Amino acid sequence: MLKKLLGTAAVATLLASPAAADIKIGFVTTLTTPVAVIGKDMRDAVELAMEHIGGKMSGEDVEIVYADDEFNSQKGKQATERLVLRDDVDIVAGYIWSNVLLASAPVVLNANKILISANAGPSPLAGAQCNANFFNIAWQNDQTPMALGELLNQQGVKSLYLVAPNYAAGQNMVAGVERTFKGKVVGKDMTVWPSQRDWSAELSKVKAAKPDGVFTFYPGPAGPAFIKQYQQAGLEGDVPLYSVYTLDSISLPLFQKAGMETVLGTKMTQFWAPDLDNAANKKFVGDFRKKYGRYPSFYAAQSYDSIMYIKSAVEAVSGDIGNIDGMRAALEKADFDSIRGDFTMGNNHFPIQNFYERTVVKDADGNWTTAVGRAVLTNHQDPYASQCKM
Amino acid sequence: MDYVLLIEQFLNGFQLGIILFLMAAGLTLVFGIMDLVNLAHGSMFMIGAFVGGTIAAVTGSFVIGVVLMIPAMLLIGMAVEMTTLRTLYPRDHLDHVLATFGLILFFNAATRLIWGPEGLVVPLPDFLEGSVALGIGITYPVYRIMIIVVGLLVALGLYVLVAKTRIGMLIRAGASNRTMAGALGVNIPMLFSVVFGIGAVLAGLAGLIITPITAAQIGMGEDVLILAFVVIVIGGIGSIRGAFIASIVTGVIDTMGRSFLDVFLLLFLPENAAESAGPALSSMMIYILMAAILFFRPQGLFPPKGAQ
Amino acid sequence: MKDVIDLKSPANILTIIVVGLCAVVPFLAPALGEPFYVIVFARIMVWAIAAVSLNLIMGYGGMISFGHAVYLGIGAYAIGILAFHGVTSAWIQWPVAIGACAVISLIFGAISLRTRGVYFIMITLALAQMLFFLSVSAERYGSDDGLNILARSDFGVSFFSLEDNMTMYYTIFAFLLASVFVSWKLVHSRFGVVMRAAKSNETRVQAVGVSTYRYRLTAFVIAGVMCGIAGLLQANLERFVSPDMMNWPRSGELIFMVVLGGMSTLFGPVTGAFVFLMLSEILSTWTIHWHIIFGPFLVLIVLFARGGIAGLLTPRASRE
Repeated sequence: MLKKLLGTAAVATLLASPAAADIKIGFVTTLTTPVAVIGKDMRDAVELAMEHIGGKMSGEDVEIVYADDEFNSQKGKQATERLVLRDDVDIVAGYIWSNVLLASAPVVLNANKILISANAGPSPLAGAQCNANFFNIAWQNDQTPMALGELLNQQGVKSLYLVAPNYAAGQNMVAGVERTFKGKVVGKDMTVWPSQRDWSAELSKVKAAKPDGVFTFYPGPAGPAFIKQYQQAGLEGDVPLYSVYTLDSISLPLFQKAGMETVLGTKMTQFWAPDLDNAANKKFVGDFRKKYGRYPSFYAAQSYDSIMYIKSAVEAVSGDIGNIDGMRAALEKADFDSIRGDFTMGNNHFPIQNFYERTVVKDADGNWTTAVGRAVLTNHQDPYASQCKM
Repeated sequence: MDYVLLIEQFLNGFQLGIILFLMAAGLTLVFGIMDLVNLAHGSMFMIGAFVGGTIAAVTGSFVIGVVLMIPAMLLIGMAVEMTTLRTLYPRDHLDHVLATFGLILFFNAATRLIWGPEGLVVPLPDFLEGSVALGIGITYPVYRIMIIVVGLLVALGLYVLVAKTRIGMLIRAGASNRTMAGALGVNIPMLFSVVFGIGAVLAGLAGLIITPITAAQIGMGEDVLILAFVVIVIGGIGSIRGAFIASIVTGVIDTMGRSFLDVFLLLFLPENAAESAGPALSSMMIYILMAAILFFRPQGLFPPKGAQ
Repeated sequence: MKDVIDLKSPANILTIIVVGLCAVVPFLAPALGEPFYVIVFARIMVWAIAAVSLNLIMGYGGMISFGHAVYLGIGAYAIGILAFHGVTSAWIQWPVAIGACAVISLIFGAISLRTRGVYFIMITLALAQMLFFLSVSAERYGSDDGLNILARSDFGVSFFSLEDNMTMYYTIFAFLLASVFVSWKLVHSRFGVVMRAAKSNETRVQAVGVSTYRYRLTAFVIAGVMCGIAGLLQANLERFVSPDMMNWPRSGELIFMVVLGGMSTLFGPVTGAFVFLMLSEILSTWTIHWHIIFGPFLVLIVLFARGGIAGLLTPRASRE
C-alpha cells in the first residue's frame, strides 16, 4: 500500500513539473469553490498575456504555474509553499483575497523572492509591514472606496448606510469610504464572510434608517445576490446603491440575463474601465473579447498587467531573473504600457494612480458594461504609504 | 427601535425558520425512523437548487422548475438511499457520519463538474418580484411572503401525511418499533426509500426556493445543514412538530440577534465593546440555546414517544 | 502490548515505516531534492497528535466527538493571541494554551457528557461551532482572516530555539511519540480498563459502583489538552492561525483519520493521518476535481474496510 502510494507520489511529482522553463512564475488564484469564476477570468487574462508576449520575456521561455488557494487563507498559504519550496518558481504573483495574501506573503518574502499582488491590497502590507520584495500592481484596498466617498460628497449624499463583509478587505473598504465621506454614517453592518448570503435582517435595518445612499462591497458571486435582494426589498427606487468591486464584467451579464434593468445607471469608482482610452487597454480588451467572447473584469485587467509588469522588469535585467536587486529597481520604475495608462510606483510599492467614476450602461451591441467618467481622484496615493519606512 | 422594524425582522426570522424547517423535516424523519445520521442531506438541498434551477432556466418558468424538481429529487433521493445509505442502517452512527461526509465531497465535486464553479442564478417570475405593502407602514418582499406560505402549506401537508394517512401510520409504526412493523408485513425497505425520497424532496425544495434570493452555489447546503441539525436536536429527534417549533424559534432568535443585539448590549456596555461583542454573541446565540436546552432536556423539547 | 511486539504483522510494519519516515524525512527529503516534504510531514505529525487524542476518547471510550478540532483552534489561538500582544515566551504561552484547553474541555465535557449517542455527536459539534463563530467575529484577532504569528514560542535558552526548523520538526516528532506513549499508559491502566468496560457495557460498570461520568470527563479533558498541544505546535509550525482550523469539516477529517488508520489501535491514528493527508496532497496536485475520487474513497473505506488500515492488514485470526 505504502509503496504504491509513494509510487503515485513520484508519478504525480513528475506530472506536476514539465520540462523546466527559464523563468517560472507562480500564479495563485481561486480555481475551485464558487468564486473560481474570478480565478478563471484571471487565468484567461494571463493566458492572453502569454500569447501577446509569445511565451517569452527577454528571449527566455516563461512558464506559468497556477495554484489554487481554495478561497481559504490556510490553503492559500500551503499552495504558496508548494510553489516556493517544491516548484521553485522565480516570482510569485496573483492573489485575489487580502486574507490569503496576508497569510501567504511571509512564505515568499522569507525565501527572498519577489511577490506581486494582482488584486489584494491589504493595509498592513502598504504601511508598517511593507517589504522591499513586495509589489502591488492593482491598488491599495482603501483607495477605491476613498474615491467613492468623494463621489458621494459630489452627488450630495448626506447620510450613508454601510453593508460589507467582515474580513480584511471589507474592513478596509468601509474604512476608506469613512475617510473621505463628509456626511453622516447612519448605520454599519459587517456580515459573516463568506457564508452569509441572505441579508434580510440588514436590509430591513437599512429601510428603517432611511439613508440617502447605501455603500456596499461584495466581490464575486455574493455581489449579484446582494443587489438582487436589495431590489426585492423594494429599496432600489428609494435609496441609490453605491458599490466598489461588486458590479463587474462577471456579474453584469448575469444581471442582463435576469433582466434587472435597475442596475443600469448605478455608479461606482475604479482605477480602470474596459473603455479607458489608451493603446495597451484597447489591445487587451479587444483581444480578450475576441478570444473569450466577453468583457474582461478588472481582475483580468490586473492579471494581464501583472504579466506585462514582470516582463518589463525581466527585460531590464536582460533575462537574469536571479538579479533580485536589478529586478526590484526595475519594478520600482514600473516602466511599461499599463492598461490603466500612466502611473508611478509609490515608496511602499503600491501604485499612485487615478480613480475614475464608472456608470453601468449598455454598449453599442446591447451588452451591459460600464462607461468611464471623469477622474474623481488624480495621482492618488494610499493613506498608509507614510507608515512605510522605505 | 420602532415596531415596523421589529415586525419586519420577525418576518425575516420566520422566513429563515421556514427554510430550516424544510431541511429539518426530512432530516428528522430519516433520523427518527431509520436512525441514520445523514450529513449528505445538505447535498440534497444543493442538488435541488441546481436541478430545479436548470429546469427553470430551460423551460423559462420558475414554477415548472419547482414542479419538476419534485419527482427528480424523489428519484435522486431514493437512488442514493438504495445504492449507499441502505447498507449503513445496521452500522453505528460513526460510520453514518463518515460515509455521508464522503458523499458530501463527492456531490460537491460532481456538481462542480456538471455546472461549473460559478453556480447558478435563477430569476424570479414577474409576479413574485418586488415588495408589497402590508399596512401599518410595513412593506415586505412578495417572494419572501411566498416562501412563508409555501413552508406553512408543506408543514400542514406533512402533518396530514403523518397523522392521517396509511403511509403516515406506517412511518409512525416504523419509527416506534421497526421489528414489530416488519413482522406485521410492512415492506420496510420500500418504506425507508420513500421516506428518504420525501426528505430529499423537502430539502431540494428548500434549496430551490432560496436560490432566487441567494443564487445556487456549490456547498450551499452545508451551513444550512449544521443549523438544521441544531434544530432537530433542539426539537427532539424524530419529531416533526418539534422540528417545526425549533426551526421557527431558531430562525427568529438568529435574526433578532443579528438585528438588535448590538443595540441591546449598548444598554450595559460602552459603545466599542458593544459593537464588537454584538456580532460575536449573535452568531453564537443559537448554539448557546442548543447547549442550554440539551443541558436541561438531554433529548430535546419533544422527545418522540417510544424512543428509549 | 501485542501490536508493538509482533513485528511480523503487516499493520505494525506499516507503523514502523511511517514512524521511521517521520524520523528521517528532514534528512531524506532535501537529499532527494524535495525539501517541501519536510513541511508536509511536520504538518502530518501535528494532525497525527490530534488524531491520537481523539482516538483516546472515541476509540477507547466510545465518545464520538464531532467537535474535536476546536481544541486545535484553542491551543493555536492561545499562542496567536499572546504573540499578538507581544508575549512570546514559551513559559507563558504553553501553560496558557494548555490551561485554556483544560478549562474549555472540562466545561464542554461536563455539558455534553450528559447526553448519549447522536445527541453527544451533535452537542460537541454545536459547542465547537460556537467557538468557531466566536473566532470568526473576533475582529481584533483578524476575524476570518486569521492571525500571522511573527515569532515562534521563545524558550529563552540558546540551545533550543523553535525558530530553527530542525528543532521545530523534532519537537513535534517528540510530542507525537509522547502522545502515543501517554495513550498506551492510560489504556493499560485501571483508568483505561474502566473506560473500555464503560464503552462496552456502561450499566454493568455503574452497577459495581464506579461513576462512569467522572472517568469519561477525565478522559475528555486529557484528550482536549493533548489536542490543544497539537494546536499550539501547529500555530508555531505554520506561524499562522485562522478560524478554519476549528471549523466542523476539520473535526470530520480528524474522525476520519482515526477510523482510516484503525480505531482503538495505538498507532492507527498516526497511519490514518499519514495516509489521509498524503492522499489529499497527491490527489490535489493531480486534479482540482480530486474530491470526486476522495469522497467515494471515504465511503468505500467505511463500507468495506471496517477496522481501517490496521484491520485490513491484520490477519483475521489474530484480531482481538
